[in-house]
Amino acid sequence: MSDERTAAEPDAEALRAAVSNQPRPPRANALSTSLTFGWRALLKIKHVPEQLFDVTAFPIMFLLLFTYLFGGALAGSTSAYLQELLPGILAMTVVFITIYTGVTLNDDIDEGVFDRFRTLPVWQPSVVVGALLGDAVRYTIASTIVIVLGLLLGFRPEGGAVGVLAAVALLLVFSFSLSWIWTALGFVVRSPESLMGVSMLLLFPLTFVSNVFVDPETMPGWLEAFVAVNPVSHLVTAMRGLMHGTATVGEVGIVLLMSAALVAVFGPVTMYLFRTHQ
Amino acid sequence: MTERWSTSSATDLAEPSSLEGPSSTEESRTSVASADGTRDRLESAGADGNRDGKATLAVETEGLVKHFGETKAVDGVDLTIPAGGIYGLLGPNGAGKTTVIRLLATLLRPDAGTARVFGHDVVTDADAVRSRVSMTGQFASVDEDLTGRENLVLLARLLGYSRAQAKARATELLEAFGLTEAAPRQVKTYSGGMRRRLDIAASIVVTPELLFLDEPTTGLDPRNRTQVWEIIRALVANGTTVVLTTQYLEEADQLADRIAVIDAGQIIAEGTPGDLKASIGSGILNVRVHDPDQREEASRALSRILDVPVDLEADPTALSAHVTETDRIAHAFVELSQSGIEVTEFALGQPSLDEVFLALTDQPADENAVPEEGSR
Repeated sequence: MSDERTAAEPDAEALRAAVSNQPRPPRANALSTSLTFGWRALLKIKHVPEQLFDVTAFPIMFLLLFTYLFGGALAGSTSAYLQELLPGILAMTVVFITIYTGVTLNDDIDEGVFDRFRTLPVWQPSVVVGALLGDAVRYTIASTIVIVLGLLLGFRPEGGAVGVLAAVALLLVFSFSLSWIWTALGFVVRSPESLMGVSMLLLFPLTFVSNVFVDPETMPGWLEAFVAVNPVSHLVTAMRGLMHGTATVGEVGIVLLMSAALVAVFGPVTMYLFRTHQ
Repeated sequence: MTERWSTSSATDLAEPSSLEGPSSTEESRTSVASADGTRDRLESAGADGNRDGKATLAVETEGLVKHFGETKAVDGVDLTIPAGGIYGLLGPNGAGKTTVIRLLATLLRPDAGTARVFGHDVVTDADAVRSRVSMTGQFASVDEDLTGRENLVLLARLLGYSRAQAKARATELLEAFGLTEAAPRQVKTYSGGMRRRLDIAASIVVTPELLFLDEPTTGLDPRNRTQVWEIIRALVANGTTVVLTTQYLEEADQLADRIAVIDAGQIIAEGTPGDLKASIGSGILNVRVHDPDQREEASRALSRILDVPVDLEADPTALSAHVTETDRIAHAFVELSQSGIEVTEFALGQPSLDEVFLALTDQPADENAVPEEGSR
C-alpha cells in the first residue's frame, strides 16, 4: 500500500507539461462521436458482462416455452408451429430488450458523467445515438441465439441465409427506432424501476395482441382490428415473409415507414428532454 | 490558525486599497465600474472581437434567476468574473452555488436574466460556450464502470483526437496526475482522492479557457486536498480561469483572487478575501484575563474605551471585540492594566473569513453589513 501511495503522487513537472495548452484538435463529426459513444456501451458490456443475461436467457426461455407449450395444440406439431413462431419470437424478444435502452439511460442520467457529456462541444444527439448503436450489438447477440437455437429445433427458412439476415436487419432498424420511445421516457420517469413498469405496460399488449402466436382470424373482431394496426404485427409479417422468401415490398416498406415515423416523433422529443433536463 | 490570519493580514497591509478604502463596498463599486468599461471596449471592438484576442471577462451575468418549483435557487445574480485567476463562490449548502455553475456550464437554462461566457450567451450560443469551458461536478463526472484510461481516451476521442493521439494524451494525463498504476482499473475501485484527480484530468483533456470546479475538495483528506490545490494552481499559471465553489472558507482564502459570497440564491458580498475581512471592521481583538471574575469588569472597560460591543466567549476568561478604530487599542490596554486587571492575552488580528461569513449570513440580505458600512 505504501508503495502505491508514493507512486500515486502527482509529479509537478509532468503536471505542468500536461496542463500546458494543448492544440485543440478539429471538432469530431457526428458519426465519429456517435461511434465513440457506441464504443463506451461496448466497454460497459465488457466490464459488466452480467448485463447480457437478459439478451441470452430471455430468447432461449421464450422460444422453448412457446414452441413446446403451444406447438402441438395450435399447429398440430411443434416443428410446423416453429416455422411461423420463430420470426415472431425473435421480434418479441428483441422488442422486449429495447426497454433496457431506456433503463440504462435513466441510470446514466443520475450519474455525474452525463453532465460531462452534456457540456462537451459535440453533436448532442450522439450521446443517445451511440447508446442505441451499442444496444444494436445486444440485439444482434439475442437474434443470433434465437436463430441458432431455432435451427437446432428444426426451423427451416425457405428464404435462406439472405432472407434471415434481411429479417434481422429489418428488426434492428425497427428496434433502434422504437428505442427512442424509451429514451424519451427515460428522461421523464424518475427511477429505472418505474420505467420498467411503464414499458412493460406498453409492450405486453403490443407483443401479445399481435400475430406472433396465433392467427388473428380466430380473434373477436375488435381485437383483430387492433392486431391489424399493431406495428409489431406488421414487423412480424414482414420478417416471416423475408425468412420464407415471400415478402412483398409493401410489407417491408410499411415497417420502414413506421420506423421513420417513430424516430421523427420521438427523436426530437428525446433531444428536447435531453437539452432541458435539470 | 491565529498565525495564518496574521500572515494574511500582513499581505493585506501591503495592498493599500483593501485597508485604506473605508469599506469593501467602494472596492466592489470600483471593480464593477471597471468591468463595465471593459465591456464597452469589447463591444466597440466589434462582434468578432472575441475571436482573436481573449475577452477580458470570463463570465458576465445580469439578473440571473433559476427556480426549481417554488424554490428560487438563484435569485437575481449579477456576476463579473475577469479572465485569469481563481474566482470563488462561497456559501453554505443549498445557497445556489452549484446552480450558478450549472447555468454557466449550459447544463441549465436560466428562467430570467442573461449569462455570457467569454462574450457568448449560454442559451443562444451554448455550443461556443461548451467549446471553451469544462466542468468537474460535485460528484464524480466520470464513468465508474470504465477504467481510468478508458475514461480519458473516451473524452479525448469525443473532443476530436485521433485514436493514437487520444491514447498518448491519456497516458500523459494519467502520469501527471499520479494515476498510471490505477489506469487499468475500473473507476469504482478508486479512492476519493484518485477519483477526484481523474475527474479533473478528464476536464482538461483539451485545456479549457474556463474551468468550473464544484466543491473540488469536499470529502478529501488534507493531503489530497493539497494535491488538488496544486493542480488548480498549475492550471491557473497556464492561463486557465478557474471558478470554484466551496463551503470551506480556508479554501477560498487560500486559492481565490476574488470571492462572491452567496446565500439564499443571492450574492451578499463580493471582493478580494482582504476586502471581505476588512468589511466587518479593521480587525478582531482577542483578550484573555487571568481571573474569570474580572472578565465582566474588563468587558465594561473595553466597550467604554473602544465604543463597540464586547463578546464574551465560551472560555470564561476570554473576550473579543470587532474593532473599527485601531488607534484606541493601546489606550484600552493601558486602561485594563490601570484597573488592576491581569491580562494573559491581548492580540489584534484580522477577522477570519468564518467571522465574515457569519456576520454576512446572519443578517437578512437587504441590510447586510457591507453596504451599510459603505454608506456611512
